[in-house]
Amino acid sequence: MAEASPYAADALIPHTVEPHPVTGIPNGKLGIWLFLASEVMLFGALFSTYVVIRTTAPHWPPEGGLSSEILNVPLATVNTAVLITSSITMVLSWASLKMQNLPRFRLWLGSTIALAFVFLVIKYFEYTHKFELGHYPSHDNFYAVYFTLTGLHGVHVIGGIIVNTFLLTAGSRMWATEPERFTNRIENAGLYWHFVDLVWIFLFPSLYLL
Amino acid sequence: MTAPTTHGATTHAGGNEHSHDQDHGHEHAHGHELPFWRKYIFSVDHKMIGLQYGLTALVFLLVGFSLMMLMRWQLAYPGRPLGWVGKLLGENAMPGGVMAPEFYNQLGAMHGTIMVFMGIVPLAVGAFGNYVVPLQIGAPDMAFPRLNMASYWAFLPGGLLMIYSFFMPGGAAQSGWTNYPPLSVLTQVPGQTMWLFAMVLLITSSLLGSINFIVTIVQLRAKGLGFWRLPFFVHAQFVTSFLLLLAFPPLEAAAVLQLMDRLAGTSFFLPTGLVVSGEQLKVAGGGSPLLWQHLFWFLAHPEVYVLILPAMGIVAEVIANNTRKPLWGYRLLVYSVIFLGFMSFVVWAHHMFMTGMGTTMSTFFQTTTMIISIPSVIILTCFLMSLYGGAIRFTTPMLFATAFLPMFAIGGLTGLPLGLTASDIYLHDTFYVIGHFHYVVAPGTIFALFAGIYYWYPKATGKQMDPTLGKIHFWLSFLCMNGIFMPMFFQGMAGLSRRLYDPTIYAHGRAIQSLNVVISWSAWGLFLAQLPFIWNFFSSLARARAVENPWSATTLEWAAPSPPPHGNFPTPPVVYREPYEYSVPGQTSDFHPQFAGEA
Repeated sequence: MAEASPYAADALIPHTVEPHPVTGIPNGKLGIWLFLASEVMLFGALFSTYVVIRTTAPHWPPEGGLSSEILNVPLATVNTAVLITSSITMVLSWASLKMQNLPRFRLWLGSTIALAFVFLVIKYFEYTHKFELGHYPSHDNFYAVYFTLTGLHGVHVIGGIIVNTFLLTAGSRMWATEPERFTNRIENAGLYWHFVDLVWIFLFPSLYLL
Repeated sequence: MTAPTTHGATTHAGGNEHSHDQDHGHEHAHGHELPFWRKYIFSVDHKMIGLQYGLTALVFLLVGFSLMMLMRWQLAYPGRPLGWVGKLLGENAMPGGVMAPEFYNQLGAMHGTIMVFMGIVPLAVGAFGNYVVPLQIGAPDMAFPRLNMASYWAFLPGGLLMIYSFFMPGGAAQSGWTNYPPLSVLTQVPGQTMWLFAMVLLITSSLLGSINFIVTIVQLRAKGLGFWRLPFFVHAQFVTSFLLLLAFPPLEAAAVLQLMDRLAGTSFFLPTGLVVSGEQLKVAGGGSPLLWQHLFWFLAHPEVYVLILPAMGIVAEVIANNTRKPLWGYRLLVYSVIFLGFMSFVVWAHHMFMTGMGTTMSTFFQTTTMIISIPSVIILTCFLMSLYGGAIRFTTPMLFATAFLPMFAIGGLTGLPLGLTASDIYLHDTFYVIGHFHYVVAPGTIFALFAGIYYWYPKATGKQMDPTLGKIHFWLSFLCMNGIFMPMFFQGMAGLSRRLYDPTIYAHGRAIQSLNVVISWSAWGLFLAQLPFIWNFFSSLARARAVENPWSATTLEWAAPSPPPHGNFPTPPVVYREPYEYSVPGQTSDFHPQFAGEA
């Protein structure tokens, strides 16, 4: 195992698997929560920017009309459903590991990745339609906000796909040697994935509906 | 080698000290087999990463300092050619040997950026945090060693790209280290875009590091090391990590937004109806330049405390050790540092009194700014009280640590007039401001960092640095630092603006031009004062081995061999008492280490 090489310093480190007696969690879980705290600040700043830009604009969207008419609400609704479903399959993949069922885990984590791809494909069609109309981010600040916020969210979705694909393939070899640690990794990846889902739950109404 | 994974797993499942012991033995046996690139380049050992951070940051500090020495030539002797240096820098930067205004602006912007983001923060947090924190809490390493390595390898490319931007067409970023739009968006040089890219890398590095520090301090403390037994340095790093974790993401967001403005033509920071060179700019508009300032200072004010808190931590360690008595008001110090951390998030707009944001906002931020000075004063008072009645040893680290106190006090107290709108309206954007924050960061933080280098050098190398060279370094630096920054207060009060390419274009500037000459010669003198340090730093490696625990210190890092092997401690240390038990009545020696069991 690559993990077993003498370079792997974490063979020395306490609480990589067994929880700390005071905090009650292993290192990785505390780490992922701290990471999510910084992500909250990142998207907090982006949403604040949106609020400032929108409240100081004479009209919103600046070119007139309604957000819900400019953006494709049905597609975004489908996408919301896709992401929420992917969060469910993510939990199921973790639960499968808890029940020692590796094939079932593969099925659910694979579904999560597939659903993430479905989300990106739908997003791709939304984006290209805007581009066909000549509506680039530079068109006005409505599009600037729309493309930047959904774009950064999209980058997070891609990040989730990369992590989950690793855990589904090469990373899953850890199951044979350290099953508990691997299960924790899936839980942490799941926490991240739910956060990405949650950001979209905020983005959808505030960009498309309001 | 296939055993250690399962071996490690059983160790952790068991979790008792005995099996840790076996693990260490295991690692030692194989430590020698690490190829060069795993041991020195892509290392996962917190000590090697700390040294990498430290050496890189010292080089960047020298680079940033060199930029400033160039600027000082133009400020002391405006328009005078600079001989062979001018020829060396080429016709674009120094046409005919005279500094071009654009080049001067690049030097100014990059001096600030390099010093703050590539010099002080990596040295204070990346180097000292990485090297000392796991040792002081009795941990074998950081909680996530590979994340730690990734943090350094995000920092280094970020720093190198920042330097590389000087060699791009049109040169480096030139809109000040604060990169205010609309100027920063409208400046049509690729170096400006590179600044943003490099910042995203540097921010990512800090984020990864801060997560690692918090988890390490919370989860990996040795047996018996409760929060009230942590050395003050660890408390300071802990609060610093929270500041990095929560304050940096908004700047990351702001950098992304400004990248969009520059590359995708959006108008996040460009207002409607912006006229440039007599023509209305062809952008959508509707953005807000002030929005950048809010996002920037939301980071950059906590950033001030990122610069100063680790310095206070180092000073606390050195003072306790060299006064041979416990720190005065240890708990008060900890509460103050936590309060400082909280307050640092609600003072950012005191950088923006001149933007016309309204008196209500100004009143709020004046109030919070006055409040935040209270814990700073408490910390400084505790340090002074710690000196009182101590048997002070004036070692080199102690000289730097004691000098930190008045220097930081000058920096802090001169900040008060800037925190109140009435006086800030006059002093804003003058050399007074430059003097103020440099007193905090240069003779303040940098002196503390020097104290840390002299203090922990025996830990990292097993050798002592030469005390005579150290004293020469200290006294020359002390003189020159004050020669540089003290006159700036007078320049500022005389109304001289910062960021002026040629101060003699104004009559009030000409009247005080002699001060600029004094400052510039002090700056060049400060460079000479660093030569004994550089020589000392390298030549001391050849000195004879120092004794273990040469400072007779009480904290946990001295329980490990010097330099500590991979895994740090031969046996996991156990902590029996509070961190600074010096001169305890009834003891045979004047220090009682945290790790020494009862006799």
